[in-house]
Order: sequence, then C-alpha cells, then structure tokens
Amino acid sequence: MSALLSVRNLTVGFGRAAAERPVVRDVGFSLAAGETLAIVGESGSGKSVTALSVNRLVDFGGGRIVGGEIALTRPHGAVLDLAQAGERALGGIRGREIGMIFQEPMTSLNPVHTVGAQIEEAFRLNRGLDGAAARRAAREALERVRIPDAQARLGYYPHQLSGGMRQRVMIAMALAGNPRLLIADEPTTALDVTVQAQIMALLAELKAETGMAMIFITHDIGLVAGIADTVMVMQHGAVVETGPLDDILDAPQHDYTRHLLGAVPHFTGGRAVPAGAGRSAVGKPVVSVSDLVVRFPFAGGLFSRRAGAIHAVEGVDFDLMPGETLAIVGESGSGKSTTARAILGLVETRRGRIETHAGEGKRPVQMVFQDPFASLNPRLDVESLLAEPAIAAGRRRDADLRARMLFLLDKVGLPAEALRRYPHQFSGGQRQRLCIARALMLNPDVVVLDEAVSALDVSVQAQVLDLLADLQREFGLAYLFISHDMAVVERIAHRVAVMYAGQIVEIGNAADVLAQPRHSYTRRLIAAVPGVERRRQHYGIDNSAVPSLVKPPGYEPAPVQWREVSADHRVRLEE
Amino acid sequence: MAMLKAILAHPSGRIGAAIIVLYAFLALLGALGLTPHDPVQQFRIDRLKPPSATYWMGTDLFGRDTLSRLMVGIGQSFVIAFASVGLAALAGSLIGLFAGWWGGWADGVLMRMMDVLLAFPAILLALLIIAIVGPGTFTSVAAIAIVYTPIFARVVRGPTLSLKRRDFVDAARTFGSSQTYILSRHLLLNLVAPLTVQVTLALAWALLTEAGLSFLGLGTQPPAPSLGLMMSEARNLMQQAPWLLAFPGLTIMLGILGFNLFGDALRDILDPRTQERSS
Repeated sequence: MSALLSVRNLTVGFGRAAAERPVVRDVGFSLAAGETLAIVGESGSGKSVTALSVNRLVDFGGGRIVGGEIALTRPHGAVLDLAQAGERALGGIRGREIGMIFQEPMTSLNPVHTVGAQIEEAFRLNRGLDGAAARRAAREALERVRIPDAQARLGYYPHQLSGGMRQRVMIAMALAGNPRLLIADEPTTALDVTVQAQIMALLAELKAETGMAMIFITHDIGLVAGIADTVMVMQHGAVVETGPLDDILDAPQHDYTRHLLGAVPHFTGGRAVPAGAGRSAVGKPVVSVSDLVVRFPFAGGLFSRRAGAIHAVEGVDFDLMPGETLAIVGESGSGKSTTARAILGLVETRRGRIETHAGEGKRPVQMVFQDPFASLNPRLDVESLLAEPAIAAGRRRDADLRARMLFLLDKVGLPAEALRRYPHQFSGGQRQRLCIARALMLNPDVVVLDEAVSALDVSVQAQVLDLLADLQREFGLAYLFISHDMAVVERIAHRVAVMYAGQIVEIGNAADVLAQPRHSYTRRLIAAVPGVERRRQHYGIDNSAVPSLVKPPGYEPAPVQWREVSADHRVRLEE
Repeated sequence: MAMLKAILAHPSGRIGAAIIVLYAFLALLGALGLTPHDPVQQFRIDRLKPPSATYWMGTDLFGRDTLSRLMVGIGQSFVIAFASVGLAALAGSLIGLFAGWWGGWADGVLMRMMDVLLAFPAILLALLIIAIVGPGTFTSVAAIAIVYTPIFARVVRGPTLSLKRRDFVDAARTFGSSQTYILSRHLLLNLVAPLTVQVTLALAWALLTEAGLSFLGLGTQPPAPSLGLMMSEARNLMQQAPWLLAFPGLTIMLGILGFNLFGDALRDILDPRTQERSS
C-alpha cells in the first residue's frame, strides 16, 4: 500500500530568521491509510509545528516551511506537495481531506453560536449540505461521537457543555468532511483523566469505523500506548527515534526516548507507594480539618435575590500528621483546590474547623501553586521574592536573611547567582523550585502543594517530586498534595483522599486505596489512568456525568455514612 | 539604560525622542532668556516682517519675533502639560487602584464619578471648569488635570482587577503580607508599564487641550506668549502674514507627533509579549 502522507526533510522556521534558526529540522515520516502516528515530545520539541505544517496552519502563526516536501496522495491517486501548495488548493484540503482537533475545545468553538449551527456550517462548507439535510447530518454527527440526547444538544451553546462534550463536538466537526487524515493536537490535555479515557476510546472507535489515518500529538508517552501504530519521538525540533509502537516502548534505542519512558510516572496500582507509608499513631496532627463546608452563593434574577449556592466543599474531614503526605485526588470541580485554599484562609468557609498546631514557625502552613509563571511577580528579582514571607513576618533584609535564602536556594538546587535574576530568566521547573524555596523561608510545618507539578514536563516533574521527597525527609515537612494525576500521587503519597463532587468518598493508606479501591469513583479514576503497560487497551466508555454542585438556598446534604475497610481506610457508602 | 537603548533602537521612538529633546532644549533656552529677540517687547517698525535672516520665523503685528515667542510658548505649554498630566496620573491611579482593589460599592461610586467626567468632551469640560473659576495658568493646570483623571483611573482599574486575582497576590496573602506591601510591590510595580505609556500619550492630548484653551482666550493670558494664543492672534492676519499661523500650528502638530511616536514606542517596548521575545 502506498503512503497516504509522506513527509521528507521538513524544515520550518519562524519570523525573519526562519531559514537560519528553524524550530523543526529535517523531519520525515510516512503514514499509510488507517494508520496512527503518535508524535511525542516535551514542550518546545516542535511536535505541534510539525503537525501544523501538514495542513499548513503553521503559516497563520508566522511560520514558514523553508525546506522539504509533504506529499499527500489525493483520493484519485494524484500526489500533491502541500509544502508548495497555494492557499486556494489548501482550502480544498483542510477540512475535507485533513481534519484537525485542538487542545482547548472552549477556544476552538465560537461562543456565540450554538454547537448545532457550527456543525451544520462544517457540513455546508465541506459537503455542500443545506437546510434540513445539514441539520440531520449535524444530529447524526453528534450521535456518532456518542453524545446522548443529540437532538437537544444541537441547540446548546459551547459554555453549556462540559469540556469532554465540547471536545466531542470538535471531533464531530472535524469528521464532517470525512477526512482521510485527522490531526489531533493534544486533544485530551485540557481534560480530566476519566474524560480523557472516554475521548481516547471514542477516537479509537471512530478510527476503526471510518478507516482514517491519524496524527496524534502528545507530551504523554503513556497515552500513546493505547492508540498508536507508529511512534515518533521529537526533541529540540528534530526526530530522535521513529518506530513501531512495541519497539519504541519495549526497546527504545535513543537515550532521550529511554529518558522519557523512565520519567513518565507509571501507575502500578499502589505498589510504588513510598516506603514508610502508613501512619505512625504517635503525635498530634499538624492540620486537622473537620466538617469543612465552603459554599459560593450566587445571585440571580432581576432583583439579585439569593438564587442558590455552589456547594464546592461539603463536610470534609481529615487529619495530617507531621512528616506525612496526604494526597487529595479528584477531577476539576471536585473541591480539592478549594479545600486547600480554605486551609490557607484564601476562601471564606461556611462551617467547620481548621486547626493547625504550629511548631516554631509563625505561619505553619505555606502553599505552592500550580502555575509557576503566575505565582511569581514578574517585576521582582528573586531576592525580593524570597524576602517577602520574612518581611511579612516582620523581619529585616539582613545578612541572616540572605544566608537563609542562599541555604534554601542550595537545597532546591539553584545557584547563588539566582538571587539577582528575574522570574522570566528561569524555566518552569526552576521557577517551581523557587516557589518551593519561598514557601520554606519561614520554616513551615506543612506545605500545601496545589497541583504543584502538573504544569511541568514529565522529566522535570520527576525531578521536582524527588526534591519534594528529599525536603520532606530533611525538614520533617508534612505535605497536603493536591493532584488529579494518580501516577504522581502514587509516587509521593503516604495517604490518599479521593474527592468527588465536593466530598471525600474514600480516604486511607495510599497502598490500600490504590491497590484495593472500594468506591466506584475511585475505581473509575484508576481505570482511566493511561500507562505504557496498558497497551491497546480498550477504554470502556463511561459517560456518567458529575452531579451538579449548584443547590437551592437552604439545601443541606444528608449525613455521610462511612464504612471502615481497615484500620486506616474508610469508604463512603454509596446509595 | 536598557530602556534608553530600546527606545533609540525603535524607529518611531527615535524620532519621538528627538522631537521631545529638541522641544525641551528650546524651552530651556526660552526659560533662561536666551531667545534671539525679546519675546514680549514690541518693535513697531518691524511689524509683520516675513521670515528673514534677522527674524527666522517673521514678526507679528507688534513687531515681536515669532521664534522667540514660540520658544517661550513651548516652555509654557510643557509646564502646563506636565503639571496637569502629573496630577491626573497621580489622582487617577489612586482612584483606579482603590476602586479595583476594594471592589463592591466603593468601585461603583468612584467609577461612576469618573464616567460622568468622561462623558463630557475634554475641551468642553475644561471650559466649564474655567468658566466657574476664571482663566489663568493654575486654572488651566487644574482643569486639564480633572479632564484626564478618569482616563488614568480606567487604565489602572482594569489591570488592578486582573492583578489582584493573580496567584502571586494570593501567595503574598498566604505569607501574611500587609495590604500596603501587596499594593505597592505587587500591583503598582506591575502597573508602571501601562501608566508610562498612558502618561506620554496624555501629554500629547494635554498639549493640544492647552493650546485650545489659550486659543479661546481661557488659558495663558496676554502678553505672555503661548502657542494657542499666538494662533488666535494670527487668525485675522492669515492673508497678510500666513507665517504667523503656520509656525505655531506646525509647532503644536510636531510636538503632539513627538509625544505620540514616543508613546507608541514605549507601548511596543513595555509590552510583555515583545519583552519575552527579546529576553
């Protein structure tokens, strides 16, 4: 079989120095009909630019193809070099022969049109359908991407749909032209794990149904295992290794591939839990939370009456012992970050007690945020940034303070010169190290890590996790580790609490919870974790929706019933 | 230093900076009395002379040298423009900062007041203020300052609203940093860039407003030279002595152009997106 797409010596650059400093160099691959190529790499590896060059969307981002050819075999057998094609010819290719789905479904859909109108538009442009025919095609397209109640959903606006639903709509639109090649650029990165599993299953099924080829771009080599036939690993704009899926995963030839595979957190069902897990019964908890309730009331109607409240956190209890890591896992909107923010006093609590038993520090609980770019003031140098907690505690900027800064910079693996630099001069991982150093300035007993490694590339993620474990041992820190990523949690947590719709549904010893999940949601969460070992696994489609957190005024949930599984493992009873 | 280099490397920044420096130099000479002729003294025999080697830009109805009067006039305009924009920036930033930071009813009340001021055309509002208080240099400064305060309040309030929700402000709260510290270090420091751009652009408008007020006889009072006043006096002599209208007009135009070009350059340079690329 001849190749559907054959790319040779592709070189792409940006701006005026496009030819001198290309961001993608000498990339080549070929793709047969019905095949899936996964392009894997970390941020800045050129994987997206490569894929965007195939349908020449790269032109609109200021990119220029300075060398190579992209040969696409047309349905009637002729071969077209997309690298040389004009905008007119490309217009007939995009959508009809090459479909594309993007990372962020909210920004790729137009917020002021219904999804029905947008899908109909796709059919009108690509198939020339009109009126009732287009409407029927749109409904069928929604059914094809397994959106329940398709007829009603056609009238919805994008903001009324969840992230997973929006991504399905995008897929429906991309498939409107019956493309023979689908480019998926990190299609599940913005989604929760269980939703990610649903989308991956959908893509696999659609591929089998339509026989289209696919280029799947991802930073997560674990995700590749479930879908790819061929894998291409990229680094710094060049291909380091290409091969069949099994070869790449089982016998990687290049160091970087090995490094990527080593860095990706493997979820092993509780076997990788750090040693010394399980709680020591001695001592008082450093943080003890009981019956925490956080609600965000909102007004509605003409006269701003109390219309109800979002019950973000509903009756959460847990204790955190000195030197222990409690991970709170859950998906977006589960209330895990709100719980963390409540402990820091950043959101107002409605009810409940949060007790902290301080050691020596004035502020025993400190926090590290998810986005290391947003949590450092870009206009302050590192010395001022690190000094802030001390100044807030009434200290002066003196030699002692400077010594403490240098000590902590050394601990987090940054050089002393870093003091005079500004945040933008550091990489994401280095910035997160700075945030950790800053959180440690006042000798806290507890550090709240709110998705602290989620924004980092996998290899950097592993380093920061190791650093956190070292610091915990050295300073006896307790961590409250908020994360959506089961594999990361398994690596660092001693205990795990699973949150769902504002409540803890299961809490206990990490090894027990991860190895023998008792709550149906915990099981679903674990089943959705992608992994290198879960090769070509069939993700079951589970389209159950999260219950709404919006409640009418005066609503109080029924008291929670718990079942003790073992000494340190409790599960909420399900109705 | 890096800032200066960046401005000089920017094509319109270079032109804008050159114009502003030239004007500042002329105004300084004017202020020191180093003008070619006396700007106020009248020489009846040299009435309405066209530009020549003696009088580079000609003379007016009373035989006064146009160039000398322009030099002093530029100084006068600069003083009023800088003073009024300075006041407006100070008042507007404080109002915008507190409105954005406190939110709620304080925000509503302060910003509705600003909206009322903003609803009037600039020159009309300045006229109203001067009509109430009476003309003069100080009134001009106050009037122009009041007119431009709402613009600064708006420019500061927007970023304040977004900055106060940024993670680094939350982080500062978790350290227990004081409100003053957060406002000065985390908010104001990040507002410097948009404010600087706004100040340069407002200087151009203030220059024009001052000229307009003087033209209407409500700004600087004769016989003190002022760009607007000179145009006003020259408008009846347009046929006989076109240079009397042309030179002050061109001076105003070039000055505004200078500040606008400089402001554009600053905006490009201080834009965080272009900054990321250069660093």
